[in-house]
Parts: sequence; structure tokens; C-alpha cells
Amino acid sequence: MSESLRYIQAVNAALTWALDSREDTVYFGEDVALPGGPFGATKGLHKRFGSARIFDTPISETGFLGMALGAAMTGLRPIAEIMYADFSFVAMDQFVNQISTIRYSSNGRWKAPLVIRMQQGYSPGACAQHSHSPEAYFAHTPGLRIALPATPDDAYQMLRTAVVSDDPVVVAEARMLYPTRGPVRTDAPVEPVGGARVVRPGGDVTVVAWSRMVSASVEAAGALAEEGIEAEVIDLRWLNPLDFDTVAASVARTGRLVVAHEANLTGGFGAEIAARAAAECFADLRSPVARVGLPDLPMPAAPILQSAVVPEAADVVAAVRRTVGR
Amino acid sequence: MGLPDDYRLMARIRRFEERLAALKDAGEIPGSIHLCNGQEAIPVGAARALRDGDYVTATYRGHGWAIARGVDLTGLFAEMMGRDSALCGGRAASPYLTDPDRWFIGENSIVGAGVPVAAGAALTAQRTGSGAVSVVSIGDGAMNQGNVHEAINLAAVLDLPLVLVVENNVYSEMSRIEDMVRVRQLAERAAGYGVPGRVVDGNDCDAVAEAVTEAVTRARDGGGPSIVEAMTERLVGHYSGDVQHYRPAGEVAAAREREPLARIRQAADPELAARLDLIDAEVAAEVEAAVTAARAVPFPDPATVKEHVHV
Repeated sequence: MSESLRYIQAVNAALTWALDSREDTVYFGEDVALPGGPFGATKGLHKRFGSARIFDTPISETGFLGMALGAAMTGLRPIAEIMYADFSFVAMDQFVNQISTIRYSSNGRWKAPLVIRMQQGYSPGACAQHSHSPEAYFAHTPGLRIALPATPDDAYQMLRTAVVSDDPVVVAEARMLYPTRGPVRTDAPVEPVGGARVVRPGGDVTVVAWSRMVSASVEAAGALAEEGIEAEVIDLRWLNPLDFDTVAASVARTGRLVVAHEANLTGGFGAEIAARAAAECFADLRSPVARVGLPDLPMPAAPILQSAVVPEAADVVAAVRRTVGR
Repeated sequence: MGLPDDYRLMARIRRFEERLAALKDAGEIPGSIHLCNGQEAIPVGAARALRDGDYVTATYRGHGWAIARGVDLTGLFAEMMGRDSALCGGRAASPYLTDPDRWFIGENSIVGAGVPVAAGAALTAQRTGSGAVSVVSIGDGAMNQGNVHEAINLAAVLDLPLVLVVENNVYSEMSRIEDMVRVRQLAERAAGYGVPGRVVDGNDCDAVAEAVTEAVTRARDGGGPSIVEAMTERLVGHYSGDVQHYRPAGEVAAAREREPLARIRQAADPELAARLDLIDAEVAAEVEAAVTAARAVPFPDPATVKEHVHV
């Protein structure tokens, strides 16, 4: 069965599924219960499940992420919401020193089955402190799983996967994708963690993207096809576990690689993909790897300034042209 | 529990820490250690208020809490020796060890970070109706960390069964706490969170037990979190190797007259003193046996080093 849902509705459906099918789940964060979240992700959930299962917290990201960890260690399966991914930085200790380390440091005696749900990226007029794409920070932290759903169906499937996982999972959605609509397989079995997906086949160049840059890359591929360049677009979906095999198999066919993300370039996860490609696909590469990302600057708020730097389909097109020598 | 049992448990902690320091000096302990000499009455008194299933979270100065909750001495020594201990297989060492079998959420080597985690254990107790409480120990310096502030308020608004024990040992690592806050007692801050707070003599096991029992009972009955500030003194440095040049001359010597074991000794009649001598001897033998057993624990297999990053 497939329903046509907006991305944000798919998130809501996945959370409904979680609270409905798993007694051990609890959901908390800022303004999630009575207000239903600033984007409506949790709309109706408090009415349906009550304060025992979904409740509002003080504006205390460190406090409630640590609480999620302690609850997960002792038997609950918490889903904690960070309203804007930017706010995770005030709680970085939780990600880097607490949630990610307890399983390893206890020699596997504790587990931390929790989900940290957040949304990231720019939107018109949003300032530097509400526009970060922080996935590389989390990807640099061993112990975390990282999901970046790019479609309504993945918003549903990957969030359910995260809830079922016995590892801590960061699910970073893209606010700009919330209004997008697409088919959602609401009766699909829960998928295992991980796995990239080829969303558009092509033989001339591999474009690896995630989150909002997937649709931008597909749009770019359409424009490039008119020039006779067939781009293969891969939605990486998960940064941890990283499905590099799918990338390497594609590069073996195309000989060219472009990596596109909205985060700024230096130290971005595109650098990791480029490094892996240099190490593992060197013989297959026929041109230098190209990266697409925000220049290294804090996000400006004015839309006219954002348009000058936020990566879009045209930037992917330009990067592909460089790799194919046109 | 009573005087002989409390004395035995405190003596066990003291002996453990003293033996650990000697092992450190002998090169058998690779990492940094933070000892709780002088503060033993706090975990021992608090443990009297607890039952199986109650969670305890401590700090890197938390060996006393582990021992008071029955964590195996051999496992503790072996863990700190970097061996394949039953606790954490040598992956945690002195400042981050844990024991789920004893509901010991564990130590934390980030100051204050145990409090949010302990609030989570309290959330589980509350949502599952288990009746358990979550006790978390921090030092005086941790009261200046944002994580503690956030977690106390969070526990307060959610009425979580959490008891925060602040071990005020005068020093915030290597600086006097009186130079780091503008309140006379840290428990005064409880009013700011709308939770009960009280100050007790942290070198008096009975006083600690009474105060923590009151807080635990309130938490178990749905009355929410409390803060207990236990006044004590550190007989040793912040960490192994701390020469404590920042402490005034005579301060530690004076503290030795007031510390919990000495206090019991001072009040003991000859009959009790003889019993305490016997306990000391038994504890010394017990700790030495644990050291011997720990030395027989193999080192972890390097081939396992990548295990357990994920489930």
C-alpha cells in the first residue's frame, strides 16, 4: 500500500507508528506535545498518546539528550527532538562523549537505543544559527548512526529503522523538503540500517548526494542529459553505516565522481567520499573528483545573498561539466 | 546496617583507594586516578537508603560509590589495571567504569554529565512504574556546569525520582569552591529550582543516610527530585600526582582529625577499637586478595578492539 504524503506528514506517520507499535517508545523535546512542533511533525500525537508517551521539555538540549541516554540504557526507547539541528551544538557533549561512547566503553554491556530527530539546512531568510547542515560533525563521531532522508518515503522508512535500531541514530531531515509530496509505502516492512540507492542511472559520471541535494542532483542530471551527459545519481541516505560499495561500483562504470552536499566544503562529508574514492577507486577515476557545497562562510540571511552561495542544481551541472571536460 | 557494617564498608573503600594509589606508584595502573579518601561516609550512608534496582550514577571520583553498591573489587582493580575485567574489559578504566549488574549507571569523566543521564534512569523508573529511584553524585565544582542546571530543572518539572548528592569537598578540582560561587552553601540553589535542598555533615554516615533516605522516600513517593549537599574534605589530591601546593599548610592534617574513619576511631572504647582493628585486618586481606585476583585477569585481546562500537 502506498499513500501520497508530504515529507512532514511521512515523519508524523512514522512517529505515530512508533508510539503505536512499541510500548517502550517515548517522545520528547521542545514544543512537541501540546504545540505539535513548529513544523507539525508531532501534530495530533499528544492527543492520541497522552503525556505519558509524548511530553514537552524545557529548552535544555544537553539535559534532555542526556535524559534520553539514561532512559535508553535502562529500558526505554526514547525519541528526542532537536528543533533545529543548529541547537545540537549546545549539547555536543551528549553526542561525542556520552551517547556515542557508552556501548563501546562498557564493553557492550549497555546499549543506547535512542533516536535524535532533527531538521537541518537553510531556508530563505534563516540566519547562520538556523541553517547549519552538521552531518559531518556526527559522521566524525564513532558510535552514532546517521540517517539523512531525501524523500517522503525515506522520511517514513528511515525513521522507523532508526526507532527499531539498538544503536543511537541521528535522523537529520531537511526543512526545505517538508512540503514535498511523494508516495510513501506505509505497509512496508521495517528496513535494516544503511544502504545507498541509485536514484537515476547513467554511465558518464557518478553524482553522490544526500538530503536536499538529491533532488537538486536529479534535476541537474535532467539538464545534463540534454547535453548528452548521462549522470548516475546516488542517494547516499546513511553516512553511518556508509555504503561506499555502491559508490565504488558506480565509479567503476563511470570513471568520474561529483559529491554534492549543502554543508560547507572544508571538512564536509564530501571530503570523506573524495578521500575514499582516491584510496579505493584511483584506477577507475579518469578525472579529478569534484565537490559541491556551501563556500566556507556562515550562512547569510538575506535571500539574495543565500542565492549566491547555497548549492543548487546549477552548481552540480557546473561540477559535472568540469569532470567531463566541457 | 549500623556502626560496624558502615565502618567495614568505609574501610573497604579507604583501603581500596590506598592500595590503588600504591599500585599507581608501582606502575601497575596506566591512567589517571581520582581518589575519594575522606569522602567515604557519603556513598556508604547513601547506600543505606537504597535497594536493589535503584540506579546510582557517580563521577570519576566514584570508586566509593561502586564499592558501596557492591561492585566486585577484583573487577575494579582489573579494570583500572587495563585488564580484560568483567566490568568493562579495560575500555573504561578508573574514571568511566560501569556495572549494569549492580544498577551502577557508572562514573563519568565529564564534570556534571552524569546528572542528565541519571535523570534518564529516573524517567525509566517513572514511566515503567518500577518504584526505583536514581541517585547521582557530583562534586561541588559540578554545580557550575550547565548540564547539572538543565538536568535538575528537567527532573523538577517532570517530578522525576532523582536524588542529587553534592559532595562538597571544598575544592572544585584544584580551586576553592568558595572562589567559584557567590552562595555560602550550594544547596541554597535548590530554592531556585523549586526543589528541597539540605546540607548535611558528609563525614557522618548516619547523617548522610538520614538525609538521603528522606530524599529517596520523597522520590519514591512521587515527590520529585531533591538536592543533598554533603560537606566533606578531600584527604588527597584532585588526581594522582597532584602535589596540592594550592592547599594551605596544615589543612590536610586537620582534615585527618575530622574524616569519617578517624571520627569513629576517636569515639571508640577499647572494646570497639579492638573490633575495628579486626575489621581493618579483614578488609586489608580482602583487598589484597582482590589485587592478587586482578593480577591474574588477562589483558584484553587486541583483536577485539573494534568490537562494540555498534550493536
